[in-house]
Amino acid sequence: MTGDDILLQARLWWWQRTSAMALAFCVLVHLGVIIYAVHAGLSAASLLGRTRGNVVFGAFYTLFVLACAIHAPIGLMNVAREWLGWRPRPVGWLAAAFALAIVVLGLRAVYGVVVA
Amino acid sequence: MQSLLTARIWRGGSDGAFVTYEVPRQDSQTVLDVVTWVQRALDPTLAYRYACRVGMCGSCAMTVNGRARWTCRTHVERVAPHGILDIAPLANLPVIKDLTTDMADFFDKWTKAEGRFQGAATRRQDFARVAPDSRQRRAVDAAIECIGCGVCYASCDVVNWRPDFLGPAALNRAWTLVNDVRDIALRQRLRAVAGDAGCHSCHTQGSCTERCPKNLAPTSAIAGLKRVTAQAAMRRKL
Repeated sequence: MTGDDILLQARLWWWQRTSAMALAFCVLVHLGVIIYAVHAGLSAASLLGRTRGNVVFGAFYTLFVLACAIHAPIGLMNVAREWLGWRPRPVGWLAAAFALAIVVLGLRAVYGVVVA
Repeated sequence: MQSLLTARIWRGGSDGAFVTYEVPRQDSQTVLDVVTWVQRALDPTLAYRYACRVGMCGSCAMTVNGRARWTCRTHVERVAPHGILDIAPLANLPVIKDLTTDMADFFDKWTKAEGRFQGAATRRQDFARVAPDSRQRRAVDAAIECIGCGVCYASCDVVNWRPDFLGPAALNRAWTLVNDVRDIALRQRLRAVAGDAGCHSCHTQGSCTERCPKNLAPTSAIAGLKRVTAQAAMRRKL
């Protein structure tokens, strides 16, 4: 294994660990939000009424999306390398594409409920 | 009448098979006692290893009823309540003959993990003073008592599916040196233990920690290595 690869692996581990900490927090809050919303029996219109223009809500879910976009592709990359035996380069590209998909889809959803 | 124990002992190389022996049961009998009795009383060609018989040397580890154990400190009563013992060589290592394995890979990996202390002091200098309650000294204390028996290595699923993985014992050794304030080869060692064949391959399954006869925790040593290598990498010091 090359030196660059060692450095990359160690950094990816750091990013995955750090994003996991953010996710642990985000998932708990997210579950709380879901339970609260369902309990209150809110309609789509009243939900949007609360989320539109809500900066805290927008910032929180942006953080959530970014943490997912970092965390999940690194994990999938490890799975593909270890279980499927794929080469590091194509796996890297695939993980980058997956990260981009999460960012685009996730931020689009945040935009949809907060701004649009 | 003295009761008998059925001992199925692995004979031959990796393509060998279990051979059944009837062994008299005795009080406080260990698995090593059983193997020794078979060799002395029934078949002197049975090959196995031991030295100290008191849990210090780390040479008598075998697979006992499917689990890697140190046989000199394993009582028959505890592992074979129904009087049947399957005794095989350690897993994840090439079998030489019967119960003996070739441990070369296992120990070569200690060298690959930079498991050798490298100091800068000479004999003319005073002893290094390391506070017993310092964080690093405590980390070393928790991991230093490894006897090199190979139980963790034989129990590790990651070693099983990727043979180049350095394994719990070598990484545990590296962790003691990473925490040794006198050692000067930190960067070199972190590079040796990082990456695919090193600490980053560990899945934290914990079989090594579960089965270590010395109750060490290679899993947490490896977690420590992941932490320290990541910190070094983020500071461009890896």
